[in-house]
Amino acid sequence: MREKEKERKEEISKMDVVTQMQRQLIQYTSSLFQEGFLDDQFNQLQQLQDESNPEFVVEVVTLFFEDAERLLNELSKSLQVEQESIDFRKVDAQVHQLKGSSSSIGAQRVQRVCIAFRNFCEQQNVEGCLKSLQEIKQEYSLVKTKLETLFKMEKQLFAARGSISR
Amino acid sequence: MGLGLKMKIQEMQMVMQKHHVPVALRMHEQNGSQKRKYTLIQKNRALIPLFLLLWILVMFYFCCNIFNKMDADAKVRRKEGLESQCDQRARMLQDQFSVSVNHVHALAILVSTFHYYRHPSAVDQETFAEYTARTAFERPLLSGVAYAQRVVHSERERFEKQHGWIIKTMEREPSQLRDEYAPVIFAQETLSYLESLDMMSGKEDRENILRARATGKAVLTAPLAFRSHHLGVFTFPVTNLSFLQSHETRKATAGYIGGSFDVESLVENLLGQLAGNQAILVNVYDVTNSSTHLIMYGSQNEKGDMSLVHESNLDFGDPYRNHTMICRYHQKAPTNWMALTTVFLSFVILLLIGYILYGAGIHIVKVEDDYQEMEELKVLAEAADVAKSQFLATVSHEIRTPMNGILGMLGLLLDTELTSTQRDYAQTAQACGKALITLINEVLDRAKIEAGKLELEAVPFDLRSILDDVLSLFSEKSRHKGLELAVFVSDKVPDIVMGDPGRFRQIITNLVGNSVKFTERGHIFVKVHLAESRKPTMNGTCETYQNGETDEVGHISGGCNSKTLSGCEAADERNNWDNFKHLIADEEFLFDGLVKKVASSECYEQVTLMVCVEDTGIGIPFSAQDRIFMPFVQADSSTSRHYGGTGIGLSISKCLVELMGGQINFISRPQVGVHFHLLQTLDVHKIKNDVRADVRSSSSLRSQPCVMKPVELLHEIPLTRLVSAKCNTLKAVVCGDVYSDYSADMFRERIMVFGRGWSFNIWQLDWKKNGHMLKIPQMILLATNISNAEFDRAKAKGFSDTVIMKPLRASMVAACLQQVLGMGKKRQLGKDMPNGSTFLKGLLCGKKMLVVDDNIVNRRVAAGALKKFGADVKCAESGKVALEMLQLPHNFDACFMDIQMPEMDGFEATRRIRMMESKANEQLTNGDEHPHLPILAMTADVIHATYEECLKCGMDGYVSKPFEEENLYQAVAKFF
Repeated sequence: MREKEKERKEEISKMDVVTQMQRQLIQYTSSLFQEGFLDDQFNQLQQLQDESNPEFVVEVVTLFFEDAERLLNELSKSLQVEQESIDFRKVDAQVHQLKGSSSSIGAQRVQRVCIAFRNFCEQQNVEGCLKSLQEIKQEYSLVKTKLETLFKMEKQLFAARGSISR
Repeated sequence: MGLGLKMKIQEMQMVMQKHHVPVALRMHEQNGSQKRKYTLIQKNRALIPLFLLLWILVMFYFCCNIFNKMDADAKVRRKEGLESQCDQRARMLQDQFSVSVNHVHALAILVSTFHYYRHPSAVDQETFAEYTARTAFERPLLSGVAYAQRVVHSERERFEKQHGWIIKTMEREPSQLRDEYAPVIFAQETLSYLESLDMMSGKEDRENILRARATGKAVLTAPLAFRSHHLGVFTFPVTNLSFLQSHETRKATAGYIGGSFDVESLVENLLGQLAGNQAILVNVYDVTNSSTHLIMYGSQNEKGDMSLVHESNLDFGDPYRNHTMICRYHQKAPTNWMALTTVFLSFVILLLIGYILYGAGIHIVKVEDDYQEMEELKVLAEAADVAKSQFLATVSHEIRTPMNGILGMLGLLLDTELTSTQRDYAQTAQACGKALITLINEVLDRAKIEAGKLELEAVPFDLRSILDDVLSLFSEKSRHKGLELAVFVSDKVPDIVMGDPGRFRQIITNLVGNSVKFTERGHIFVKVHLAESRKPTMNGTCETYQNGETDEVGHISGGCNSKTLSGCEAADERNNWDNFKHLIADEEFLFDGLVKKVASSECYEQVTLMVCVEDTGIGIPFSAQDRIFMPFVQADSSTSRHYGGTGIGLSISKCLVELMGGQINFISRPQVGVHFHLLQTLDVHKIKNDVRADVRSSSSLRSQPCVMKPVELLHEIPLTRLVSAKCNTLKAVVCGDVYSDYSADMFRERIMVFGRGWSFNIWQLDWKKNGHMLKIPQMILLATNISNAEFDRAKAKGFSDTVIMKPLRASMVAACLQQVLGMGKKRQLGKDMPNGSTFLKGLLCGKKMLVVDDNIVNRRVAAGALKKFGADVKCAESGKVALEMLQLPHNFDACFMDIQMPEMDGFEATRRIRMMESKANEQLTNGDEHPHLPILAMTADVIHATYEECLKCGMDGYVSKPFEEENLYQAVAKFF
């Protein structure tokens, strides 16, 4: 009996943990939305995820990370100070790519900086571009950590749930 | 943003100002060239007063000339009058004088005859006096005559003795001793004082006598000075005939006859007989001595008119003496009043004429100036109008851009977690924003039309598919309101016509939208047929209508009695159901010849389409009917309160229709409905067979919108035709309310379509009643609006789980039928259909899609979204790869194409794909064409221009990126 009770208690506590984690996850997600890191597109992305495609969001976001890092590297190369002439068209295309990617996953802040970046490109403003690049990098790392945390939390939640159902 | 806008406006104003200058310049140039075409008047406007002055001067000079001429004429006449009068007088005087002289001559002969030939003398003083007195009238010029005998000195004494007196001198003294004497022996009584006076004693008389004797003719003395020059004496020698033979006058002279003539009194007498005596002053002079003129008549003092003098010579028969007669007028020449008046009047007249011409000139100049000013103003006004429209167009465009941002942001806001109040607010804001953007688009359209910027396309398009689209656009709304919405397109209407599909769609959308907005119950019915084909049916129509009317009397029960689509009364009564049936029947009749007709219709260059949109709404009040097409006019202000809207739609429609060369009109009965009809002439697209098939297959099913009518009415002819047209393998009969007398034939059909109203009862019938029932047909329910409960009930009765939702759309009907018959791919139409998401799933399920995007994340997301709806998705990371994958033959059903890609962008890729398709189709002429692959652009910026660009390069539509369900559904629904 006792053991059973203990088990039950444990289960309850686990349930609590799960609900707590769930609450945390929700809070965290909403904070991400509130702080403007993410927008509705991310919601849509999540809606696209279902049983047939359980890792869809993570997959897409990982793709985004890879893509973004590649682009950021290329951007920093293109905007190196030593370079005499900067190919703004190339830069613009790269930023456009980044903008598209970020808007697809709903990384709103990155997307916004991209827009500003493109404006600077249009004006051929090197300083503005460099500043924007820094901002993008910053925003990107921020959103990356946030999303990673989010996924981690989700994973934990999933694991916890799995333990319950077991 | 406000600042930016303001700056834009200022910029535009500046541009406009700049723009005005060339306009004005151009105008001036035009004026310059026009001026040359004008009269001289305007060119020389400054000279007009000068001309007037010149005119006046010339006329003055002219008048003066005339006056002078007239005056001179008068003077000449006067002079001539004077001359003639003077000459006349002189001649008369002369004549009288010569008469007198002749008489004196006769007297002389008398004396010589009777005094010298007779002895004793037959003449004595008494006789002479008597005779002369009695013949005095013969000598009007002479006051008297006397006869003096020539007495030589030797005979003096004898003579004195004979006469008894001594010869005296003029001084009445006894004469001194002389050679000869000439004492007067006979004298007229007036000169009796001369008797016995010796004429030779006076010096002048003596000279006279001597001269007269020498010449033998009468001679004149100078006027006698002592008698105030008026008296003259003339002496005539009397010859003694006895001496005459010797031809020596001197010796033959026996005596002298003398007469004194009183020039003054005589001339006076003479002139008194003549007219105009008073006017003329006559002087007679003796001018023998040219230095001193002796006046014989007339007063020296009387001056008269010295300016005009005429001198006539007088010849009194004495060559030794010269006389002249000088005449002049008493008074100076009178002022020539007639000439003066004439000249003055004519001058005045000419002056007036001049002034009138001057006034006319000034007026012409003024009018022409005004005209030019108006031209300028007109140009300015037109320029201003164009500028206004341009401004409006630009501003509208400028507003639209931020509005898109606002709407987008609102959309994003709505997707975040909001409280219900916040959500409500945001939704309201979004709705308002959408309304605003629609309005702006409309204003923009109108402004574009007015600015003449709107260019109509002329591309081939499928009228039916456009109507299909419009129908689908309003299907939700009409379903919600419970309206019957139906389209009927006559078979005679060609499949493909040339024109601007976008604008045509806009017009129809406006009209149908209006109808949906203002209709609460009843139906909206869009009908398209050829305008020519209407005529013959009209005749039949009238008859049926009359027949129908008598029929209807029996049918009237309750409110809804009209035989229209929904049973509600329609505005145009001719459009009732009977009529429509006639139209259909008419076409059915011609149906056999249809193939031929289609062939021949390709020969038509143009067709005139009659598009009618009929509704049973609130109608338009009579008072507002004439201004319903004016922008921003609604029937009355309460309309906008009740129904919203701005009333610009109709005006745009009218503009567009007129731009396309058509007409739009309407019939309306308030509270009954409106019937808009639109006459539009369009070119028929002459198409090759393969292209036509291509177009047909592109819409995947031949879009033949069909009419739906109340199931209570018989003969769903259009639906029948529609179905048979769609699925040639099927034989479909759609039946009406023949439930009492359905025939066995009915059951041979595989599909039955039933209206909702009565269909639930029919299945109480015993299917096996006839005994030889083979198979229960598939039954499809036809409904405008259906609840799940009802649907379940229907299902329970044996209906297949597919409902054909009204309005009927060809593609949908075909899909339903296919599904029911188990043909084609499995689809989940049915009760879920109104729900967009699930419907989308149904649409996309099993379709093979190609997503082309260079951005891996985007690609993945798009693929994910499409996969979610059950599509089989393949990806391509560039246009090139896509091209390879789409090499014919391929099995893709659609392609989503990103526009902005490196190397080959979406436009280019699409163009190549289209090229490939057409090339392949050219090679395959056996009729097995490759289908037209729907290509949808994926783009983040939803600008109209981009959309147009998309269409231009052969894309079929676009979806915004990232995918939105609604948007995707709308885009995809056209193709599947």
